[in-house]
Amino acid sequence: MKFINYLETITGIAVFPFISLAIFFLFFTGVIIYALAIRKETIEELKQIPLDNHKVDSDVENN
Amino acid sequence: MQLEKFSYDNKIVKMFAFATILWGMVGFLAGLFAALQLVFPELNFTAETTYGRVRPLHTNAAIFAFVGNGIFMGVYYSLQRLCKARLWSDKLSYFHFWGWQTIIVAAAVTLLLGFTQGKEYAELEWPIDIAIAVVWVAFGINMMMTILKRRESHLYVAIWFYIATWVTVAMLHIVNSGAIPLHFMKSYSVYAGMQDALVQWWYGHNAVAFFLTTPYLGLMYYFLPKAANRPIYSYRLSIIHFWALIFIYIWAGPHHLLYTSLPDWAQSLGVVFSVMLIFPSWGGMINGLFTLRGAWDKVREDPVLKFMVVAVTAYGMATFEGPMMSLKNVNAISHYTDWTVAHVHVGTLGWNGFLTFGVLYWLIPRIFQTKMYSTKLMNAHFWIGTLGIIIYVIPLYWAGWTQSIMWKTFTADGVLQYNFLETVTHILPMYGLRAFGGFLFIIGAGIMVYNIMKTVQSGQLLDNEAAEAAPRPSLISTDKKYQGAHWHRWIERRPIQLLVLSLILVSIGGLVQIVPAFLVKSNVPTIPSVQPYTPLELHGRDIYIQDGCYNCHSQMIRPFRDEVARYGDYSKAGEFVYDHPFQWGSKRTGPDLARVGGKYPDSWHYYHMIDPTSMAPGSIMPAYPWMVWKEINVDLTPGMIRVMQSLGVPYPEGYDQIAIDDLYEQANEIADNLKNQTGENVLATSEIVAIIAYLQRLGTDVSKEGPAVEKQEVEEQ
Repeated sequence: MKFINYLETITGIAVFPFISLAIFFLFFTGVIIYALAIRKETIEELKQIPLDNHKVDSDVENN
Repeated sequence: MQLEKFSYDNKIVKMFAFATILWGMVGFLAGLFAALQLVFPELNFTAETTYGRVRPLHTNAAIFAFVGNGIFMGVYYSLQRLCKARLWSDKLSYFHFWGWQTIIVAAAVTLLLGFTQGKEYAELEWPIDIAIAVVWVAFGINMMMTILKRRESHLYVAIWFYIATWVTVAMLHIVNSGAIPLHFMKSYSVYAGMQDALVQWWYGHNAVAFFLTTPYLGLMYYFLPKAANRPIYSYRLSIIHFWALIFIYIWAGPHHLLYTSLPDWAQSLGVVFSVMLIFPSWGGMINGLFTLRGAWDKVREDPVLKFMVVAVTAYGMATFEGPMMSLKNVNAISHYTDWTVAHVHVGTLGWNGFLTFGVLYWLIPRIFQTKMYSTKLMNAHFWIGTLGIIIYVIPLYWAGWTQSIMWKTFTADGVLQYNFLETVTHILPMYGLRAFGGFLFIIGAGIMVYNIMKTVQSGQLLDNEAAEAAPRPSLISTDKKYQGAHWHRWIERRPIQLLVLSLILVSIGGLVQIVPAFLVKSNVPTIPSVQPYTPLELHGRDIYIQDGCYNCHSQMIRPFRDEVARYGDYSKAGEFVYDHPFQWGSKRTGPDLARVGGKYPDSWHYYHMIDPTSMAPGSIMPAYPWMVWKEINVDLTPGMIRVMQSLGVPYPEGYDQIAIDDLYEQANEIADNLKNQTGENVLATSEIVAIIAYLQRLGTDVSKEGPAVEKQEVEEQ
């Protein structure tokens, strides 16, 4: 396997930082909107998942 | 609704729990032994027990054996409960277990025997690398199928961390392990020099991120709420924590290469992303600690929570310190010193160690249907372990800072105030204290072993824990039910999409950094005088790698006044284009060797290898007297040349056939030199001749046409 250099320079490199910033901004905005948009009841339901097993295996949980 | 009856597999959890305890002790003891070797170099008994081989054994055992089995223990326990389903295949579970333990044993044996690829935390040779990939895939199939067969519609956030861990570690392992085999137990990295360094630290940093951090965050999100018996503080925060962490973490690798020959743009990317990492990391820490708000009275009484609180706090400290150390001005002081070693031990002893202990103390009595044998002993473990961590890290911070400042001190006349050895002997008392701290940590772990043994004896394993749950509503009906308003549930119900999206996210950072480094010519300015290694030097390089010299010696001179004054001109990317693998190192327990070539006569190296203190009184380097009678395998030479040719090293066509002649010529020359200088008859094919050939070559290519090259550089400036 040989890795030879294929490019002398990258054309239009100046636009890359702008693309990066846009990707970043959109990604994090998206994640925050996504997290905030979840309904409170759903959040409460999700939070309880690890603790749910109480109902099932209470015999070993009451330690 | 009709409830389905099934059972959880606790036996596999028990097996991984016992494995993490066993290998934890082995890894800790190997660490203590290595720490003592630095204070008492006579503890380097044979080639197999030299520091350069014991240290990789310690790091691999701690990461892949101790934490690895800890991950599998915690994932297999929590995944079944979070999915309300038994693990998909018992056969696959046991294949996974025995496969992983076999790999650990093979790793321990081969590392001590000197079979290594010479890249930190990726030392294992290619057959073991393939075995790791196979077992990792088995784990992945078992995990993903369990998730697909689950009875709970939602994927709790811990599972997200498990999925991202699996896919990212697979990607890192496959890409970084790329190598061409010479024979069954020897291979050469397909990447060279700066590119190899970039790939290696992309891997190395993300081994920390995706092996030591994300799976343990998953465990934190499951076991901390369980132990505190209250839900996680903010589920929204955990979502942001997850996506931000995996997106940003993957970019941070180049902070291991600041001020090296890595292109500046890549260094800057590494710094920026490392600083950003503080936000998701602290988001996670705050989420963990705030879960305990209003329940701190419990922490006072429950040792399990004490362990978890210290673990999460250590995570917070390490992830604050990491971004700080990534700032170039701080890194200029911290890099190559024990500061880094202290930093990682806050993470491994505090975060990984204490979280593992907390989970073990919580989980063992539950699967053995009993209570912990002694709460007092748990508390004793907690305090002795905490004290151990403190006594371990503080002396090392002190040592790192002190040594770095000593390296950089000039006299009023403008010459270096201290020679390298003085800076080492000065911090030896700190090394002694560090070993004592590690010893305390092990005493604590020993108390745990006793306590858990007694607990196991008093209880009985519930192999198959009965459970029941309603079947999962079919996805289609769920979708219809929630159509529209719940668009965001799309991802948290679909593990495959989550896996693919995670892979895309973590690929971006790697691609943006690695692809240009390979494809754009300006990143590795060529130096015409840099030539491939001679056949004998290649053998010498193999010995350098085999004995793990890179664990203590760097080959990378940073462009600082003191380093240039001490070691010579700063290193350039073009000097390493034939280095498969690169050997830049990450810690200077001994001096940099990038330009050691020609600095001392052959006889100096000869005596120094047999007994380092004869040339450098007070040196803590191991003695390598066996190099005088151990021989290199000359028959491998043609194969080595062919592998190098296939990697693009420009040896002439057919050179493999005549390489041995060149090897003997150079070897005889060095043996004659040694005869003249020392009066000893040295075997031309001995290891010592090969290693001298390699060391005398290091960094000399640039100065071969010294004036011309320097002139050209001056003109460029």
